[in-house]
Amino acid sequence: MSDQPSTAAPLLSVHDLKTYFLMDEGVVKAVDGVSFDVRAGQTFGIVGESGCGKSVTIKSILRIVEPPGKIVHGRILLRRPRRDGASGEEELDLVGLDARGEEIRSIRGGQIALIPQEPMTSFSPVHTIGNQIVEAIMLHQSIGKKAARDLAHDLLRDVGIPMPERRLDEYSWQLSGGLRQRAIIAMALCCHPRLLIADEPTTAVDVTTQAQVLRLLRELQQERNSAIIFITHDLGVIAQMARYVMVMYLGLVMEQGPVDAIFHAPKHPYTQALLRSIPSVSSRPRVNLPTISGSIPHPFNKPVGCPFHPRCTKRMPGKCDAGTPALQPVGEIQLVSCFLYHDVEVSA
Amino acid sequence: MTSQTRPRLLEVKNLRKYFPIQKGFFKKTLGNVRAVDDVSFYVEEGETLGLVGESGCGKTTTSRCVMRAIAPSSGQLLFRTGEGEVVDLAVLDRAALRPLRPQMQMIFQDPYSSLSPRMNLFEIVGEPLLVNGMTNRKERTDRVAEMLQLVGLRPEYMQRFPHAFSGGQRQRIGIARALSLHPRLVVADEPVSALDVSVQAQILNLLLDLQERLHLTYIFVAHNLGVVKHICDRVAVMYVGKLVEMAHTGELFHRPRHPYTAALMAAVPVADPRVQSGDTELKGEVPSPANPPSGCYFHPRCAYAEEVCRTRPPDFREISRGHFVSCHRADEIDLPGISLA
Repeated sequence: MSDQPSTAAPLLSVHDLKTYFLMDEGVVKAVDGVSFDVRAGQTFGIVGESGCGKSVTIKSILRIVEPPGKIVHGRILLRRPRRDGASGEEELDLVGLDARGEEIRSIRGGQIALIPQEPMTSFSPVHTIGNQIVEAIMLHQSIGKKAARDLAHDLLRDVGIPMPERRLDEYSWQLSGGLRQRAIIAMALCCHPRLLIADEPTTAVDVTTQAQVLRLLRELQQERNSAIIFITHDLGVIAQMARYVMVMYLGLVMEQGPVDAIFHAPKHPYTQALLRSIPSVSSRPRVNLPTISGSIPHPFNKPVGCPFHPRCTKRMPGKCDAGTPALQPVGEIQLVSCFLYHDVEVSA
Repeated sequence: MTSQTRPRLLEVKNLRKYFPIQKGFFKKTLGNVRAVDDVSFYVEEGETLGLVGESGCGKTTTSRCVMRAIAPSSGQLLFRTGEGEVVDLAVLDRAALRPLRPQMQMIFQDPYSSLSPRMNLFEIVGEPLLVNGMTNRKERTDRVAEMLQLVGLRPEYMQRFPHAFSGGQRQRIGIARALSLHPRLVVADEPVSALDVSVQAQILNLLLDLQERLHLTYIFVAHNLGVVKHICDRVAVMYVGKLVEMAHTGELFHRPRHPYTAALMAAVPVADPRVQSGDTELKGEVPSPANPPSGCYFHPRCAYAEEVCRTRPPDFREISRGHFVSCHRADEIDLPGISLA
């Protein structure tokens, strides 16, 4: 484990990922050239509204994109300890793996674990919580049932579930929303994943429960030094959780940078507009909010050029509606894809 | 903004709605879910009252009782009609409620499931008009066109079906339908929570704008405190079927008097990484309204609870002008609020 995570090699590195859905009606470019790095001990936030491709990005990483979706381009490099027993780490391209193969199945739930959005539908209602966690443990570790159950018990205790020995034999529908979300987190942690992917983990729970779950995730991350990819549409949650933020819109990255820069010096007009349009508890009441005109286009009618240009107040006719800006460094720490700052286009 | 002389459009007194828990063939009643338990509040003409709380706190049941979509178990719902007389909606039957229905309408949460996919915009927005006796098609067409324009949709869209519209546009359709009969009281149940952030602001602005133009009175049910603070004149906070605090928005956020209100506000993550927020000292979970704790319902989770909180339920009392709170210790404790920018 590295003591300087910022200089260490990234745990996960995504290069120019393109995931398309090849449908009869046409091609939906759900993710259209996304690159980012995630390092150990870091929380990497992905924000965006519906249809921006944040969920498809993580499904691509886990290789669970359902047909007709397909990764058509790019590499997803995961670092993991060498398997041949030698010390050191090796890099593995997840795109090259068979999506149903043994290798990716040992990585899912083992190296990379998912905390899904809906705690209600993520557990089987006909198996006990304990059963399901024990199953996950025994799939990835060669230990007996008794030992796995003890491990599951400890995990439930670690995530703050009272009376864990009783909860092991209960069903998911007997738990409240907050406890169920904690149980899901326990299950995700059961094989000591190095990368946790949290897909809107708190959108289905109340604010006070959300605060408890977020605190739990922060504590667990400090304890285990795991990396977290945190996906949400809630800018408040991202501001409080992430260290590094990527803003997506219609399958493309609009802006990337450290959280403080994204919130205090946003460069892309979309990020700026998004931040202005949220009513916050500390803003002035009952005055009209600045809005983003129009609505998110349907994925079949993606605009030509920069995907945001029809709604952008700073668009430059003849430029923004012609070419798609590439993601380029602007300043020292941010990456922005906007012609206001550079002229680099995405090569077709 | 806050004139003292505005008449009360609605006054809710000791509203209760219990749902019986039944078991067995003979439907023996084992107990009650006290979804709404002795709730009293008022709404002044032209203002927006926010109703906030976590899921299961009874805010939706309260609003459904006010709309008389369901009949309350007990209590009074005093509504001032357009003719200036005060009627108790709680005791009226279906037939007597009917002439009053146009005056109170509802905007729903989910614009995807609240619009029939088999009806076009003319039918959706025109249906309330037809039901209420506007049988002339030409007249109805004109009114629908007017309503669509009012909410920012083009009248040419009248022949289209809801699937052709985005979430924000669908919510506009729902608003046009609710307003087509010129209601005086509009209950909006989480009208923006299903929408994308960039579209939420458009709908909130539209609601504010329409309120001014049509002199509407809103009851705004929501769980997002940022939205509530933005749009409401006064806010009422619910917890397990009871009101715990009600005050003017600025006062409530600046100086909450109930520990639950303060905890709720502290739990909201602020969209600024330099401000530490989104944390809570609250332990445990919201109790079930079928089996609430003794005394003050909040005492098992409250950092300020004392012996009296465990034994005696607090009264909902006026602690300062227009500021109501139900807490035994409201006078002694000092709670952090959020300062107004």
